[in-house]
Amino acid sequence: MTDTIAPYRYEIAPGRDGFAPLVHAEWTKFRTVRGWVIGCLAAVLLIVLLAILTGSGSHTETCVNGKCRTGGDVPTTGPGGQPVTDRFYFVHQPLAGAGSITVRVTSLTGEILPGGGVAAAAGSSGGSNPPPGAVSAVQPWAKAGVIVKESTQPGSPYAAVMVTGSHGVRMQDNFTHDRAGRSGAVSATSPRWLRLTRSGSTLTGYESSDGVTWTKVGTVRLSGLSSTVQVGMFVASPPYEQFSQHLGGGSGSQAFTIAGGTFDRVSVQGGAVGTWSGSQIEQGDLPPPAVGKFQQAGDTFTVSGAGDIAPVVGNRTGTIERTLVGAFAGLIVLIVLAGQFIAGEYRRGLIRTTLAASPRRARVLAAKALVIGTVAFAVGLLGAAIAVPLGERILRSNGNFIYPVSSLTGLRVIAGTAAVLAVGCVLALALGTILRRSTTAVTAVVVVMVLPYILSVSAVLPAGIAQWLLRLTPAAGFAIQQSTPAYSQVAAQYTPINGYFPLSPWVGFAVLCAWAAAAAALAAVLLRRRDA
Amino acid sequence: MKASGEPGIQVTGLRKRFGRTQALDGLSFAVRPGSVTGFVGPNGAGKSTTMRVILGLDSVDEGSALIGGQAYPSLRHPLHHVGSLLDAAALQPSRSARNHLLWLAHSQRLGVRRVDEVLEQVGLQSAGRRRAGGYSLGMRQRLGIAAALLGDPPVIMLDEPFNGLDPEGIVWIRGFLQSLAAQGRAVLVSSHLMSELQDAASHLVVIGRGRLVADTSVAELISAASGGRVELRTTARSEAMTVLAHAGATVASTGPDALTVSGLTPGRIVALLSESSVPFSEVSPHRASLEEAYMELTRDAVEFRAATAEEAAR
Repeated sequence: MTDTIAPYRYEIAPGRDGFAPLVHAEWTKFRTVRGWVIGCLAAVLLIVLLAILTGSGSHTETCVNGKCRTGGDVPTTGPGGQPVTDRFYFVHQPLAGAGSITVRVTSLTGEILPGGGVAAAAGSSGGSNPPPGAVSAVQPWAKAGVIVKESTQPGSPYAAVMVTGSHGVRMQDNFTHDRAGRSGAVSATSPRWLRLTRSGSTLTGYESSDGVTWTKVGTVRLSGLSSTVQVGMFVASPPYEQFSQHLGGGSGSQAFTIAGGTFDRVSVQGGAVGTWSGSQIEQGDLPPPAVGKFQQAGDTFTVSGAGDIAPVVGNRTGTIERTLVGAFAGLIVLIVLAGQFIAGEYRRGLIRTTLAASPRRARVLAAKALVIGTVAFAVGLLGAAIAVPLGERILRSNGNFIYPVSSLTGLRVIAGTAAVLAVGCVLALALGTILRRSTTAVTAVVVVMVLPYILSVSAVLPAGIAQWLLRLTPAAGFAIQQSTPAYSQVAAQYTPINGYFPLSPWVGFAVLCAWAAAAAALAAVLLRRRDA
Repeated sequence: MKASGEPGIQVTGLRKRFGRTQALDGLSFAVRPGSVTGFVGPNGAGKSTTMRVILGLDSVDEGSALIGGQAYPSLRHPLHHVGSLLDAAALQPSRSARNHLLWLAHSQRLGVRRVDEVLEQVGLQSAGRRRAGGYSLGMRQRLGIAAALLGDPPVIMLDEPFNGLDPEGIVWIRGFLQSLAAQGRAVLVSSHLMSELQDAASHLVVIGRGRLVADTSVAELISAASGGRVELRTTARSEAMTVLAHAGATVASTGPDALTVSGLTPGRIVALLSESSVPFSEVSPHRASLEEAYMELTRDAVEFRAATAEEAAR
């Protein structure tokens, strides 16, 4: 009886096989669960609300003689707008037009001033005085050299060639730029000749060991340099700082230091007046023993000075990424969604419907990753694009100083946060596939990604362990949020607690991506091997 | 566009072991187009495992399962080849029925129009926008069938679609399955209750402990179970028994005025009784119910199970 019926032929043309229908299907799945869509909106809201809370909860006031105003001490800013330290002793004279200065440096010594003040860090178990052995040591970044500076105004543009305590000859300009010359310490038997020439806005630094054979250290352009500038010798010595971070806290000590430099064979070519005057640039809170001075005997100058010519570092509270604390809350909401996006299908048996509709399982995983990653990126981008400018504005209006960043860095912080959320969700999706349980997967992501970050930046762990955690775990990806760079020419605590990651932004992000890729690869293998 | 090869489902020599349990033990059968094939066996016989293997969801240690001559994983847009319902409860509860079908449709390059078509076919058009979590089991079965129909496939495979249905729903599914078969589709329907398949299936694949017990048409099975017996209704029981026994038949009394006769055709019985003037009101061939036939088959399977259990115990 069945033989009379022709086998059925379907009439709907199936079309080409491809990846696009899978992505379309997974997107339809995501958007048709109202709880998930609400979760995304909640994540955006959390990111923004926590930025507002952070901004509103942080006030800076300055009180003088009982009169208070909003706003802290306005830091000196360099030509790039970044806060800088511009404190040194300057023996100078005006230079009109082109010219050069040549000196020989025969010594650079230094000492730590006693009772220079001890500052303890947050969570510290108390400060301690500098170790006695270090008292007469010259600071590694103590500087003595020649400089051409726009004016004696702190923060004005400059270029300088110098010898340092233990980093050899350097040429630096405008606070953030530094290049190395010959290494080695300076002494009477091994002096250094330094020369800096100015021609328009071009400054060139040279060094020599004998005053005959000169080696170029570098050339810089200082745009907008006035025709008359200040030229001369300078000495600076950054404060001694020691900080140790251990389990549950840290302790540190800080003291003023002063360095002494001896210059001879000083000659200035070009339109210089010829009389030297000495100025302590940016005296501020310097104690009297740290204020610099100079003595001239013939063409030999003995100059002492404290301070540093460098960008301000090691302060996390003034960074724009501070406005992104809500990204963690957003991340947790999103990884819950990502875990449910796959593990929920296992729980309900829906995975069989999915895999029966699309037998190429690795493609299903890829489509899910693309959908959840894109959703998380959009959520992060929207949240961060509102949170950063809004939080920054509130912080500023409450008198807080915020490090200015270039628009490119700002874009990296915002888009990078979105990317970290996206890759974190892919990691959660992969773990959800491997573990087939949403709660286990979410817990795993929190443990490997969120927890290491929180433990590292909150001074719970010793700095060394914190740095290794932020190199090795998926939490390394948060490095992409670091807006202020670490400067090798400034000795500071470049530790997670101060907002510095051990890896550069993109390398840290690559570590996170590597984890997500490895988890996704394992997930794909297991998804193909296991019975659904 | 359609793959050449044997239409329907071809299952050959499936073996699969879960730990110490041999779930499938050399199972072979075919599901042909144009009829509804019932897939019967006690719980745990391997019906669902077989269906998962056919859909490429579970791997096998040995054997093959082909759809229209092709292995499932090699199918592109497989819902155009096989529509299936494995578990009516496999739904995201907060997604509406219509959206559930919509993502499935999108995965096969189908549009929303097809979704509305199948919703109407299973009678869910008015409930389509409600959360699937609020559906009764009967509505979920209908939704699962709608999903199986989405790609308008030549092969349809449903695992226990009668579960949780009210009598009206069972009648509806029977008619629906027969109409699908009448369109030339191959339809495989599993059940652990033979009575559900009564009047629905025309062919039966009976399995027990992962092995084929019977692969037969319903008509053959019933006639085999009926065993050529004839029902006789008469007020003169003892006379009839004497006459028929004399003619070589085996006669059993089954009621005050009912006898079951073996060894004679109905025509010969009528002739013998008329010759001897024994009154009778009805002579009809005995027709076993599907349930009876199935009980007979699975009794063997149960005995076989008991025997192997004894062996294992020894």
